[in-house]
Amino acid sequence: MLFKISLSNIRKSLKDYAIYFFTLVLGVAVFYVFNAIETQTSFLKVNEDQREMIKVLTTSISAVSVFIAVVLGLLIVYASRFLMKRRNKEFALYMMLGMSKWRISALLLCETVIIGIGSLFVGLLIGVGLSQVMSAVVANLFEADMNAYKFTVSGSAITKTIIYFGIMYAVVMLRSGFVISKCRLITLMNSGRRSEKITMKNLWVCVIVFLISAAALGWAYYSVGWNAEHLSLRKFGLAIIVGCVATFFIFWSVAGMLLRVMMSAKGIYHHGLNSFTFRQLSSKVNTTVASMTVICLMLFVTICTLSTAFTIRNSMNQGVEENYPVDFYVQFAESADDPEKPWLYKGGNIDDVYAQQNESIYDEFSEYLHFHDYIDDDFTFYDFMGDKRDEFLENNNEIYSRFNFTETIIKLSDYNALMKLYGREQIELADDEYAVCANALGFTDIYTGFLKDKPEAVIYGKSLKPKFTKCIETSIYPGMQANNAGVFIVPDNAVSENGQCFDNFVGNYNATDKKGVEEAEKTARAKWENAAHWYTSDAKGGTNYIMSTRIETVNSAIGIGAIVTFLGLYIGFIFLVSCGAILALKELSESADSLPRYTMLRKLGVDEKDISKSIFSQSGIFFLLPLLLACLHAYVGMRFGKFGLELLVVGDYIKPVLFTAAIVVLIYGGYFLLTFLGSKAVTREQK
Amino acid sequence: MSLLRLQNVEKYYGSRSSLTKAVDDISFDVEKGEFTAIMGASGSGKTTLLNCISTIDRVTAGHIMLEDTDITKLKGKELNKFRRDKLGFIFQDFNLMDTLTAYENIALALSIQKRPAKEIDKAVKTVAEQLGITEVLNKYPYEMSGGQKQRVASARAIVTSPKLVLADEPTGALDSKSSKMLLERFNYLNHECGATIIMVTHDSFTASYASRVLFIKDGKVFNEINRGGGSRKQFFDKIINVVTLLGGDVSDAL
Repeated sequence: MLFKISLSNIRKSLKDYAIYFFTLVLGVAVFYVFNAIETQTSFLKVNEDQREMIKVLTTSISAVSVFIAVVLGLLIVYASRFLMKRRNKEFALYMMLGMSKWRISALLLCETVIIGIGSLFVGLLIGVGLSQVMSAVVANLFEADMNAYKFTVSGSAITKTIIYFGIMYAVVMLRSGFVISKCRLITLMNSGRRSEKITMKNLWVCVIVFLISAAALGWAYYSVGWNAEHLSLRKFGLAIIVGCVATFFIFWSVAGMLLRVMMSAKGIYHHGLNSFTFRQLSSKVNTTVASMTVICLMLFVTICTLSTAFTIRNSMNQGVEENYPVDFYVQFAESADDPEKPWLYKGGNIDDVYAQQNESIYDEFSEYLHFHDYIDDDFTFYDFMGDKRDEFLENNNEIYSRFNFTETIIKLSDYNALMKLYGREQIELADDEYAVCANALGFTDIYTGFLKDKPEAVIYGKSLKPKFTKCIETSIYPGMQANNAGVFIVPDNAVSENGQCFDNFVGNYNATDKKGVEEAEKTARAKWENAAHWYTSDAKGGTNYIMSTRIETVNSAIGIGAIVTFLGLYIGFIFLVSCGAILALKELSESADSLPRYTMLRKLGVDEKDISKSIFSQSGIFFLLPLLLACLHAYVGMRFGKFGLELLVVGDYIKPVLFTAAIVVLIYGGYFLLTFLGSKAVTREQK
Repeated sequence: MSLLRLQNVEKYYGSRSSLTKAVDDISFDVEKGEFTAIMGASGSGKTTLLNCISTIDRVTAGHIMLEDTDITKLKGKELNKFRRDKLGFIFQDFNLMDTLTAYENIALALSIQKRPAKEIDKAVKTVAEQLGITEVLNKYPYEMSGGQKQRVASARAIVTSPKLVLADEPTGALDSKSSKMLLERFNYLNHECGATIIMVTHDSFTASYASRVLFIKDGKVFNEINRGGGSRKQFFDKIINVVTLLGGDVSDAL
């Protein structure tokens, strides 16, 4: 009997439940798809590095899933509370008929179970389908072949989904049971008779609040987006809090002003259904200021997360192109044995390392460069700055600019040979000249800033003049990202061989096709590992080395890009769905409550087209308001992100932003469309 | 040529097996400037009849002509246009938009006709004066008394200068003082502004303000009386007489 009533209740309130159910299904499906990545990719033939990357990806998804579950849980609790409120009259009737609170709770429990099982079932079904696509996406990312593909269902992901959502539903059940046990018949009965009081906020208060919050927001924007150099952690936190509070008050005041402004434009206000539309809208916005704020902030996070993720992914791929122009790279140095500077490594030769094993590093390479870089203990960053130091430190408080490192120096001939290998421009220096190159975050600007004044540099006791007034922008050591924090290029005779620091080897494999490259890579790596293993295991004191290859670097770049993209999509998707669902629920229930108003409009002879238009602008503006402010926030957020991420990120921002916009339009816009169509259906007269 | 002509209007409800004739072959004419009341007990079919005239409901058979248009033939957009341009409605439960002020409620009727704002302002103020609601124009429905609400609803009904004003139990939710005030306004609209009014009521006192009363019983016109030159009091007595007859079984009265 209870089951029958619950089932018919669900059927009856299908219109209210449809979007809720839809959201649950989406949530379950997305949750499953991302948690099933591990199983979905187990069949892929990928190498060790890639497997490692996939492992990192699945671990981070697991961690993020907890957070996602909390967000979804809050959404479900909000939605169920909202739907329950709308059924107060029904509960009152049950109570009047003598149903005990226990039985009503049991009824609700029954309903939640039906919806829960239904959504889990449908969601998992869709999730299993979508996760097959996911296999293909991951395979494509890692350029793995799909030959071994077979239809996979991840038992562990299913279990995990069921447990997580089971907990959420349990919380909802407990909550509704608690609410029912606390409620009183008289309040339930009176709840339908809500007095439609229209409280107009005082216009001037609204204007003042708006101006203050706009100013506060402006300050927060400025300090985060335009003045980020002077941002301390405390100020950053303050800016975020101010931004959140200001967002709330902007919605609060706009809700009050919107109508007033429209009303003052009589020509527009009294045109068609505009007066009705704006009244509806303003009452909606007025009662949802808090949710609007949350939604706006969530959208903001989503936009930032997605575009940052896409930007990082893009730049990962681009970065390797630019910063790893060779196939193989080894850097090696032995400990300087300086008790005062135990971190210092100095001298050593890669050839020696190989020689111990009777190997040679050169065999696999068609072109290569073997060169030393140098340091002069008396030529540090601070020494270079000279008397400009205090002024510089005053204006720059980033950590990296406060470290007094010894500057790296390379010979002109090595530099030119390297540039030839990299296919970049070579330079000429007179005997008393030097040049600087860099490409890492900010360093190009810093050195250019100093070089403008043509400072003399005293290197190994010899005074040199700068040849250029600008810093050359190039990488020296191959890496995934722009990592050159400044290298001084000096004439060959200006260096002292005592200053040898690291021994470097860069080279291109002696192979033309992909297979040959792979072969060469294998041999080169094996040789190095053999040599280095022997060398480093010997009780020879400390050695310091870096070995990397282009293929390995590309793989980690792809891997990091993939991890960031997947996490971004995961969070972004759930956030968008949550935002859309909250707005949709609110709007749909408002429309249902407004049915008598629409009936009256029809009696007055308003055309369906005009009613449709009114509903469109109502839900449109309702959805657009938080999005607009979120876009503004996101613009500033990305300005800040650009600053903070410069270390990692190169390349343009347009594509990632367009991608993000497409995803937002697809999901958020989809919810808007559903809401619009749903509202239209709800407000249509039942015959 | 009369303003409104009903020809053999019928309205059936239900299925073939259980047919209810809510309106059973009713014909009558309403002249321009007439104030007609339709009386009958609940269930007599008077509201159904009004709904048919107002095109809210469709007739099963027969024709309703307003001037030269057969409104039973109208469809979709034409119907909406007809309703907003030619008719004014007054409902028992006021049916005011609770989110709008009195002014905006009245203005809405004009703005959905896409009239310019300037014209709207003038028209609203004029009609508010006629109905004595100028001081409540900026109030919301929940801040007004029942009588004020109904006068606002009446203002909304006539502000578009409709050919025909239809009132469904306009005094049904009002106390006697407010009723009287509203009906006097109806008379004013009828006499001074030349509005044609059809009013459905079951209250003899309300009906006595009309110039003509149609009595309906079981979906048929049972009787019709005209006020003629007599006073409202005399007309009221006449109505009471018919109501007494109507109320009981016909054989009881005889």
